[in-house]
Amino acid sequence: MTKTKNKGKFNQLGVLIALVLLCAVLAIVTKGKFLDIRNIMNVLSQTSFNAILSIGMLLCLITAGIDLSVGANATFAACVAGMLVQRGSTNSFLMIVLALVAGTLVGWINGMLLTRLHLPHPFVSTLGMKNFLWGMALLVTGSQMVSGFPAGTMWLGEARLLPALGGGIPISFVLVIILYVIMHIFLTRSALGRSIYCVGGNPEAARLSGIHSDNVLTFCYTVSGFCAGLAGLVSIGRSSITNGANAVQPLDTDAIAACIIGGASFMGGKGTMLGTLIGALIIGVLRNGFTLLAASSAIQNIVLGLVIIIAVFIDVTRERMEAKARRLAAK
Amino acid sequence: MSEYVVELKNATKRFPGVVALKNMSLAVKPGEILGLIGENGAGKSTLIKVLTGVHQADEGQIFVSGVEQHFKDPNDSAAAGIACVYQELNIEKLLSITDNIFINKWIKGPAGLLDYPAMHKKAKEVMASLGQDVDPTKAAGTFGMGVQQMIEIAKAVLIDAKMIIMDEPTSSLGEKEVEQLMKTCRELRDRGIGIVFVSHKLEELFELCDRVTVMRDGEHIWTKKVTETDNDDLIAGMVGRTLENQFPKEFGTKGDCALKVEHLEEGGVLYDVSFEAYGGQILGFAGLVGAGRTETMRAIFGADPIDGGKVYIHGKEVSIKSPRDAIKAGIAFLTEDRKGQGLVLAQTIRTNLILANLKGFCDGPFLNEKRILESGEKHISSLRIKTPSIDEIVGQLSGGNQQKVVIGKWVNTDADIYIFDEPTRGIDVGAKVEVYNVMNSLVKQGKCVIMISSEMPEILGMSDRVIVMRGGKVMATVDRDSKHFNQEDIMKAAWGGTLDD
Repeated sequence: MTKTKNKGKFNQLGVLIALVLLCAVLAIVTKGKFLDIRNIMNVLSQTSFNAILSIGMLLCLITAGIDLSVGANATFAACVAGMLVQRGSTNSFLMIVLALVAGTLVGWINGMLLTRLHLPHPFVSTLGMKNFLWGMALLVTGSQMVSGFPAGTMWLGEARLLPALGGGIPISFVLVIILYVIMHIFLTRSALGRSIYCVGGNPEAARLSGIHSDNVLTFCYTVSGFCAGLAGLVSIGRSSITNGANAVQPLDTDAIAACIIGGASFMGGKGTMLGTLIGALIIGVLRNGFTLLAASSAIQNIVLGLVIIIAVFIDVTRERMEAKARRLAAK
Repeated sequence: MSEYVVELKNATKRFPGVVALKNMSLAVKPGEILGLIGENGAGKSTLIKVLTGVHQADEGQIFVSGVEQHFKDPNDSAAAGIACVYQELNIEKLLSITDNIFINKWIKGPAGLLDYPAMHKKAKEVMASLGQDVDPTKAAGTFGMGVQQMIEIAKAVLIDAKMIIMDEPTSSLGEKEVEQLMKTCRELRDRGIGIVFVSHKLEELFELCDRVTVMRDGEHIWTKKVTETDNDDLIAGMVGRTLENQFPKEFGTKGDCALKVEHLEEGGVLYDVSFEAYGGQILGFAGLVGAGRTETMRAIFGADPIDGGKVYIHGKEVSIKSPRDAIKAGIAFLTEDRKGQGLVLAQTIRTNLILANLKGFCDGPFLNEKRILESGEKHISSLRIKTPSIDEIVGQLSGGNQQKVVIGKWVNTDADIYIFDEPTRGIDVGAKVEVYNVMNSLVKQGKCVIMISSEMPEILGMSDRVIVMRGGKVMATVDRDSKHFNQEDIMKAAWGGTLDD
């Protein structure tokens, strides 16, 4: 009866082993530099941004959708805070609230576009939203790079716990852990969480079973928007600037990659928080390794691209084998 | 030349851990229609796949017109003249009829480009010879299932097939389309083509076939002329025992009026539909495909918007705007399309069983896994769902077991009114009886059951009362003890006739 459950654990074990192997290899080729506690803390800090974006992305992927606007939305949310700085505000609380509201609102609009206006696959609407937000990010900041954020706004992305420990554990990563635990419980143990998987698998069956598929979908995109706002705040603290031009960076693809490496599927109905966290860590570790090895950005992109393709290949193969095993077992 | 156009001898096909075909034999004469029946899982699919070269038999021989053949893949089998019209049609809906017919067999002009005028002409001819006067340049998806099936048959005719296998060809067709298909089959037979006709509907076999082969557990049981067998004989052959009663009808005590529908209107679909359904009874809905029965139920269930009419549950008027409202009001709706509308195939039995009542399995915001497991295990044993575990992916189950999961899902809602839309379609005889037993036990608990069925024997066998629909209107209401409670009268009403009292 616990067969499938064990299998699920095994799936994540595979990704976990990949992460450990990757770390081991990096430790060797960087002659221990990678394992320096200061460096590890840096990896965690660098991973936080992507890990937060990946939460919303995962929800959308489970519903067989996608949110291509998360990266632009994060930049936009940061730029909303930047706009306040430009206007001379030093009120951190206001900045944080406005950034989160902006991100969440964008996510909610994405959900509405999908469910109320019946735009086809969210690929199209969120792609449009991405471009829209890029423009909006530039517009609200007058295309200027903004710096000089108050300490309160920077705290989330900048502060560290226990500074004695290699400079300290990034608060942003503590936030990641808290969010992932909450979302894990939410996805696996709550009715709404279970509904998300079912809506992804068969929206019509879910609707006829009395689940408001539209509301569930809107919820997922709204959460995605909220996470993007949160990630935007983290980005401010980390770089102490915000720049509307960042909106075109392929931040969304990193989030998608983290989910897919972690076992999510474009077909929907699949994916776990734990897998996604490991996926985000793999990407973070890879990027950090590139920096330590002073690899060119060309090499970085090539390797990251290959990792994504290989991860998906392993996943499809594994699924085929499982399906075959089930077929044989069923006969 | 052999007497048979295609002959399969002593074929055995093993999959790890299971023998799908055991010393199976099948022989088809030119110019005959051979019926092939067996329960789900009897090995029909494997047999078809061996004949079409999708699978290779471990032992045994295949002869086509007396010459032994070895099919390595479906191309070999097609080249030898064996074609198959699968239950799930391989139609590219957005491409034209011509494109569909000539896929991979393109007629090319001198420059190597496709010669569409020639292909259109040929396509038109072939379709006309099958009794279909259609414009072959139109997209295949714009035509009904009947025409789409004819496109598949046209493909077979075009490669000069000596034998055509039809895998449950009538399961998705309406009455008229079935007639046309049978006519076409007879014409193909008269041209000397052998046809293997797989069907779950016994009356079709009697109407159409020359001989019938029964298989069970991968084995050939017997082959007889249809004139030498009957219903009971066929069923006995399939299940390996005589089914004393195909319809184990049990009677409950008639309760109050659980569901009353008044003047239901849906523009262009339903016209002034009114009826009453009582607790402790099965109300059958008879009619032809497209008579508006499913639409009526979808309207009551809030799945489609209505333009007028009132619904009363236990005498109280209710306003149902969505399936969620309907479930709250105590209605369960087992849809006709279980894969598309009933199940989340990629999820486990555990999840599918609670799909319609997530709230009921929650403590606060959290699901109570212990209760889910207990009730799930209970349903698996009481509905006799054959599965290795409650965490099996539903898509991996057989049709009958999937249907039982859908039933379990609705029983879990503890509804008062159960609407079953074609509950036994596409599932085998044994599983059918189990579905009937579920209905019986619901009725005995005093619940109201509404059953839509296109199988007349099922309607007569299980219903306490029957409503006949046609063209979105209620034509007649027939009680079980009425003199009209027979196949002829109900069919008469379904075809638009009136019943006198």
